[in-house]
Amino acid sequence: MFPIVLLSVFGILLLFLGFLKSRAILLPAALLFLLVSLAVNFIDWNKTYLYFNGMLLSDNLSMVFTAIVLGSAFMVVALSGSFMEDESAQPAEYYGILLFSLVGALMMIGFENLIMLFVGVEILSVAMYVLTGSDKRNLRSNEAALKYFLMGAFTTGIMLFGMALLYGATGSFTLGGIRAYAVNPQVGLSLLFYVGLLMLLIGLLFKVSAAPFHFWTPDVYDGAPTLFTAFMSTVVKTAGFAALFRLLSISFSGVYTFWWTILAIITTLTLVAGNITAVYQNSFKRMMAYSSISHAGYLLIGLAALGQQTKQAIVFYSLAYSVATIAAFGVLLLVARQRNAETITSGGSSSESFDAFNGLARQNPLLGFAMAVSMLSLAGIPLTAGFWGKFYMFSTAVERGQIWLLVVAVLMSAVGIYYYFRVIIAMYFREGATAPIRVAPFYRYVLVVATLLTIGLGIAPGLLEGLF
Amino acid sequence: MQPTQNVLIPEVIQQIPLTYYIIISTALFVIGIIGVLTRRNAIIIFMSIELMLNAVNLLLIAFSSYRSDSSGQVFVFFIMAVAAAEVSVGLAIIVMIYRNTRSIDVGLLNKLKW
Repeated sequence: MFPIVLLSVFGILLLFLGFLKSRAILLPAALLFLLVSLAVNFIDWNKTYLYFNGMLLSDNLSMVFTAIVLGSAFMVVALSGSFMEDESAQPAEYYGILLFSLVGALMMIGFENLIMLFVGVEILSVAMYVLTGSDKRNLRSNEAALKYFLMGAFTTGIMLFGMALLYGATGSFTLGGIRAYAVNPQVGLSLLFYVGLLMLLIGLLFKVSAAPFHFWTPDVYDGAPTLFTAFMSTVVKTAGFAALFRLLSISFSGVYTFWWTILAIITTLTLVAGNITAVYQNSFKRMMAYSSISHAGYLLIGLAALGQQTKQAIVFYSLAYSVATIAAFGVLLLVARQRNAETITSGGSSSESFDAFNGLARQNPLLGFAMAVSMLSLAGIPLTAGFWGKFYMFSTAVERGQIWLLVVAVLMSAVGIYYYFRVIIAMYFREGATAPIRVAPFYRYVLVVATLLTIGLGIAPGLLEGLF
Repeated sequence: MQPTQNVLIPEVIQQIPLTYYIIISTALFVIGIIGVLTRRNAIIIFMSIELMLNAVNLLLIAFSSYRSDSSGQVFVFFIMAVAAAEVSVGLAIIVMIYRNTRSIDVGLLNKLKW
């Protein structure tokens, strides 16, 4: 609750800071605001409160998710130094909108009422539409923004219709009220309930880009400015899965037999579509978009096999995924900027293709190493956090006895190794004539912290277990 | 679908069965979906989305008055407010695209393809 209030205030403050002549204060201010919000998050630690007339719940799980979301946002903002150099950028507005969007994410994490879920999803999405289109002169960014907006608004409509039907069936918008109806129906569950549940699920699965509702993801991730792609693929995904988990584990656990098959089929589709299509990409950024689809698939395994371990598995996986993704996008930002500067003079391959990474590790050992570790983590190689994330996910499926889901997931993560290793091979074994890239201090800290976190959690995955 | 407290529902509303409301709002919703999927003009797609949202509003109000429960009507206010915010952002995006391409045909937007 405290972070929600503070972030709203800080967002407005940041907008006013934009009036100052000097832009240099904005980045430290945004980072400070995020840190303060992260700190006050833990005021209620080990206590469970309902805030705003029972609209929002604050418990340890929601605080852990909040910490992951705010931590990812902090790292993404720390990577945003390049805004200061870009004349046409408006950093005050970007940071303000980022902070506001986090309010939406936190509402999605702690909602206790479908109204809050809807408002949270919308705050987050509307902010992301703006940020996706923030590169106003760039046609790709424009196109991504329009696609994201139209598809997002469309699925919001579907999600709302689902909520309306659920309300018609259960007479309540609260998670507890819906649960009470689903667990103990007076005259059997009505058709309205099932259709409503399905439409609500479709709306949320769209937001986390699960197949077959993933078609917007590659275009939007590709067209959006890289920094906001990093934000979208970490914060939005984590918040979306937190919301799905709350909804399914609290309200709909009574009708598990109805939705788990549907979710298992969607999981399979997501894993196959994400991983197989990623193999054929030439642009690293687009590969990361498909990779984020495939990771949505791994996260969905835990939901399809909802059980005791799901909570822990989702927390661990989203943390491992967020950290590795931010490191990868951070390196991409630097490399792409360097290549852009070069292509203006010489002409050459696209700044975001795999070739851009050729020979990176020799010239820039730190960048190469950070990228390699994050790729290994995303591929799920042992001694990285990604391995344990996948391990926990897969063990939830084993617990439920969904062996075929497990087989698909293992096969698909083998496919994943192929396209993640393309980057590592390009960096370490290809020749590239590149000058060393200058890495600003903020960048260096973020990359080092992300790498250390990935390896640390890979060596000692038990660190998180005591938390909740 | 049984109204829980028959006494509280006004006479006028009871004359039309709840199923009719469900049918008409579903019909509006489907018209909206078809509009989104078939039209190429960004503004018309936008209008279709608004139609979908208003179908939801109608449905919520119908359920709300049949149940004599105000939370559905409160939700409608939230939807209207959020839809207004969404409209402002959406129209801004469309204006931005029109400035760059002199067109609002979504079929022309094909720079991003694998």
